[in-house]
Amino acid sequence: MMDQSAITLYVPGDSAACSVGADEVAQRISEIAQSKNIHIKLIRNGTRGMFWLEPLVEVQTGQGRLAYGPVTPDDVESLFEVDFLHGKLHELALGLTNEIPYFARQQRLTFARCGITDPLCLVDYENHGGLVGLRKALADTPEQIVETVTQSGLRGRGGAGFPTGIKWKTALEQPAGQKYICANADEGDSGTFADRILMEGDPFCLLEGMVIAGRAVGASIGYIYVRSEYPDAAQTMRRAVDIWRAAKLLGDDIDGSGQAFEIHVRMGAGSYICGEDTSMLESIEGKRGQVKVKPPIPAIDGLFGQPTIINNVLSLASIPIILAKGADFYRDFGQGRSRGTQAFQLGGDIACGGLVETAFGITMRELIEDFGQGSRSGKAIRTVQAGGPLGAYVPVSDFDMQMDYEKMTEAGAMLGHGGLVVFSEGVNMAAQARFAMQFCEIESCGKCTPCRIGSVRGKETLDKIMVGENVEQNLELLDEICELLTKGSLCAMGGLTPMPVQSAIQHFREDFAQQAKE
Amino acid sequence: MIATGPANQDRVRQICLAYDAQPSALIEILHQVQDEFGFLPKDALVEIADALNISRADIYGVVTFYHDFRRAPLTGIDLKICRAEACQAVGSQKLAEHATTNNYTFTDAYCLGNCALGPAVMIDKKLYGRVDADRLDQLLRQKGE
Repeated sequence: MMDQSAITLYVPGDSAACSVGADEVAQRISEIAQSKNIHIKLIRNGTRGMFWLEPLVEVQTGQGRLAYGPVTPDDVESLFEVDFLHGKLHELALGLTNEIPYFARQQRLTFARCGITDPLCLVDYENHGGLVGLRKALADTPEQIVETVTQSGLRGRGGAGFPTGIKWKTALEQPAGQKYICANADEGDSGTFADRILMEGDPFCLLEGMVIAGRAVGASIGYIYVRSEYPDAAQTMRRAVDIWRAAKLLGDDIDGSGQAFEIHVRMGAGSYICGEDTSMLESIEGKRGQVKVKPPIPAIDGLFGQPTIINNVLSLASIPIILAKGADFYRDFGQGRSRGTQAFQLGGDIACGGLVETAFGITMRELIEDFGQGSRSGKAIRTVQAGGPLGAYVPVSDFDMQMDYEKMTEAGAMLGHGGLVVFSEGVNMAAQARFAMQFCEIESCGKCTPCRIGSVRGKETLDKIMVGENVEQNLELLDEICELLTKGSLCAMGGLTPMPVQSAIQHFREDFAQQAKE
Repeated sequence: MIATGPANQDRVRQICLAYDAQPSALIEILHQVQDEFGFLPKDALVEIADALNISRADIYGVVTFYHDFRRAPLTGIDLKICRAEACQAVGSQKLAEHATTNNYTFTDAYCLGNCALGPAVMIDKKLYGRVDADRLDQLLRQKGE
């Protein structure tokens, strides 16, 4: 082959893509290119979020990036044979990545760069709109930044939905002194993986959001609390912090502005409850992750007793684009009091699982049927658990619910962190209800009695129901336990555990009654 | 790798000092000690308590609170099987039963964040997706070699 400039190829380095062989595919591509003496530039990008197509290999061509997937190491030889490096057809060819309907139909704001850039290349980051928001923020006053964030309508993407601007305003109003920014990257909800995708695919975006937050409230130290189940994300964030330090985007004088900010990465240790605000702060302080009574709220009295902003990764990662493009730009997406976009995550028994970032207001049916294409197993879908292990089981008849904070609450469900887990026919809903109680038992921090003891009693009661023992009386008792958990727990762990339990009983009563007949 | 003695006490103290012996770094320190020693030996905990100037009881409280920390060495490979809902929906229960039948030691994880590619497992901190019984056998065979 004649000498030519290198062809750019992309194979995701994302841990989910690697969980199905992306590393091996990348290695095979390098080996064959070398043996054929072809110059290639192989970039390990983040994932585009279309997991059923992973490992997704992309080739940069004159028309744009062409996709091939899912590619196994054994396919690589044949890809070279058809000359995929020049965009030739192959049975795995998917056309232009940007035109794959699943991707083309999304509104990528927070994830605009994810899967497109080289995650740890600062030049790539700037070429794709990075640092515009930070530079705007460094020119603005703290009050102006807080006002912009408030006007954007951004609410906490961790699930609580508290207005981010109001939280920031509270911290800004505290007397000057040591304040902190904490990025909550303890993404423990089953069915959610958007924080991980972002941290591995566009880590600088989170750093940019944190530095802006620091500028806005007068904080000079930030912590990223990453769960230990995400070792790759933690590693990427640590490398990203080093790169930013070297580039003077962290330190005593950020980008020559006089603003100081430093970021530390802390790793969790396998505790779900540490995703709760106060518990996470305890953990960062090196203690047992036990929940604390609020008030005082962390924005006033948080980490080491100082004013602290705790925001979810996706809330912070939405800040740069809000600053860069203005509050109105972001606000124009969404509906009602849910403004902007939400990263929905499709998991469980679903054909086309992955990340769908779109404006609030899309229906669950569109997400599950149009994007997700139904179940992976081919069986009929029975239910979707929305919003993590503390979220409701939604029956198919309710799939027309609109996905936003208020509409979902009205429908007896919750948005949470935007995860949707699909279950098909064959699932035993009594067993799922029991699991919810068991999960609460395992993960309870133990501080308050309703959660610590109530979860055990709830599980035991469901055990009796499942063997058909005094089903009616035990369901009544379970209802009382649920009420106690809801009203008496200190935090959302105990407070929301009844949601999956009671929604399962409400919508799938037959699974509980059936046991009684036996 | 897994042996305790005076030399290792020095190493534990070094780790503590690398974090300026800050009590707030306790969890980071425990992670690093466990990574190096395979578990958290009792005398290492005593050493940490001394270095950070906090009580042994406090350290015990932290070690027992978090699922990641173990006070005894692993008997086999570090295998985690995701048991949370998204993996349940695609057969993680069966996978766990298979692992139990075959005497694989594993811990339950909630969750590994690979919810669109379940069932997921993690072996020595590396994530694997779409793991059925055959693939699990194959992965463990590779690791055993």
